[in-house]
Amino acid sequence: MRALWKLAWTEIKLFMREPITMIFSFAFPILVLVLLGGIFGARTVIDGDFAGVRMMNYYVPGYIALVVASIGLISLPVHLANYREHGVLRRLRASGVPEPALLGAQAFVSLMIGLVGGVLIAGLGFAAYGVSAPEQVGGLILAFVLGVFAFTAIGVLLASVLPNARSAQAVGLLLWFVMLFVSGTSAPLHVLPGWMKKVGEALPLYHVQKSLEGPWQGHGTETLELLVVWAVGALAALIAARVFRWE
Amino acid sequence: MEVRAPAPEVVIAVEGLLKVYGDTVAVDNASFTVARGEIFGLLGPNGAGKTTTVECLQGLRIAERGSINVLGFDPRRHATALRRRIGGQLQQSALPEHMRVWEALDLFSSFIPGGHDWRVLMRQWDLESKRKATFHSLSGGQRQRLFVALALVNDPQIVFLDEMTTGLDPAARRLAWELIREIRDRGTTVVLVTHFMDEAEKLCDRIAVMEGGRIVAIDTPRGLIENHACGVCIAFTTDADDVSWIGGIGCVDSVQRHGRRVEVEGSGPVLVLVAAALVEHGIVPEDLHLEQPTLEDAYLHLTGHAQRD
Ligand SMILES: Nc1ncnc2c1ncn2[C@@H]1O[C@H](COP(=O)(O)OP(=O)(O)OP(=O)(O)O)[C@@H](O)[C@H]1O
Ligand SMILES: [Mg+2]
Repeated sequence: MRALWKLAWTEIKLFMREPITMIFSFAFPILVLVLLGGIFGARTVIDGDFAGVRMMNYYVPGYIALVVASIGLISLPVHLANYREHGVLRRLRASGVPEPALLGAQAFVSLMIGLVGGVLIAGLGFAAYGVSAPEQVGGLILAFVLGVFAFTAIGVLLASVLPNARSAQAVGLLLWFVMLFVSGTSAPLHVLPGWMKKVGEALPLYHVQKSLEGPWQGHGTETLELLVVWAVGALAALIAARVFRWE
Repeated sequence: MEVRAPAPEVVIAVEGLLKVYGDTVAVDNASFTVARGEIFGLLGPNGAGKTTTVECLQGLRIAERGSINVLGFDPRRHATALRRRIGGQLQQSALPEHMRVWEALDLFSSFIPGGHDWRVLMRQWDLESKRKATFHSLSGGQRQRLFVALALVNDPQIVFLDEMTTGLDPAARRLAWELIREIRDRGTTVVLVTHFMDEAEKLCDRIAVMEGGRIVAIDTPRGLIENHACGVCIAFTTDADDVSWIGGIGCVDSVQRHGRRVEVEGSGPVLVLVAAALVEHGIVPEDLHLEQPTLEDAYLHLTGHAQRD
């Protein structure tokens, strides 16, 4: 456990020592909100039960999910593959660092970076776009942590099966873009062709978004969605633990 | 009654180690033992299988065949338990670019509680002035010293050093040798891979010479020289045109000429025989002398690269 916390704290310090990486990591959620929100979220619902409600309110949980996905699909696999390529993982392993400590520390750091990103989006949403505050904070946090868990597990899996940092970057970006467009986090789901909608609903981002949306809008905990997210994470973690490579 | 020294405790026992990469046999049926408190050297040309061998012992590579016992553990099955008790400086590894020297020592000492005070190691390995420098900014030799310090930070029972002094300046090498001797004197066993003959000769109690994955000899440095370096080597300079007749003298094995310099190898009373024959032929060199065979001679002979030019 000591090794895990020490590693996590060291990783956070190292992250802060790379100003460009840090600025981009935190500028990214803001850009997502400003650009995607500017395109799709500025409208107001005209009729129906939600008449008069700003679309932005519905998009913010999705943007938070997008940031979590970008950490799991891109940042984490690139980081781990980079460590492996350069022999950092070899060095840690030779000094007796257990796999759970290494991966636990990475998951914790992902959670922290995701949290800052999420808070930035929410804060800017409140201040600049009049987004209403989440209704059920407890449920929201649970959904957030599960979402980070699922995408971290996917990230470790990607890092293990892809040969190097460059391929991790390419594959991660591709997956993220696909999810961005078909999971309802950019264009609303109902404008997508039927098959695309089906693909979107099969991808984890959709479920992370849904599980965040429920408590945020006050519809209560989305138990089914949470279970799906958990199952995806558990499955990915199980496979990742088997295929994880130190070198 | 005869008093016998206690049998040395064996801390590493390897029997029939085989490691294959595709169609390269990296380690071919290697067997050896290392006793507690020994400094055991591994010598051999590039690609001989030294790194593969020591990394199999540390559980970093999995051998195809053979039995390995390190401190009572099989590194293939109990790697985690074993790694708490050993330390390794790897030939190839790195730290994150922005990690500082003190952070690395502090971090690695937290992995296995109850080790050394890393501040002492930082001072001993002359890293004090670089304590806040990032890994990225360290010179090759400074990185190397940091890796050795990291290998020692858990106060290991066995430390594996894979080309520890590569990239160190002469003063730093001497310092490293001193420190390695100290570590050994405190009871740590040292397995040392090196390409430096002087290092192996001065530091090692025993040396295994590897070639093409096989261990071709294991002995003390002295033993290797006595058994595998050519016998006596006589050298002198002369202006005489033809000295090939020396080859016909009894006890002479070979004669070589490089410009004015002549080298004669032989055995037994070769020195007096050659000296007498030279005088007979009217050659009276002032610089006739015997050259001591070195570990390098033995090494070159063993690895099949014995050529004196
Ligand atoms: N991961 C690997 N994949 C394929 N072949 C390998 C691998 N590691 C080592 N080899 C091969 O195994 C042989 C032994 O390599 P090893 O690194 O053990 O040599 P070495 O004695 O340490 O050499 P050097 O003095 O150059 O460090 C070489 O032929 C090398 O090409
Ligand atoms: Mg080597």
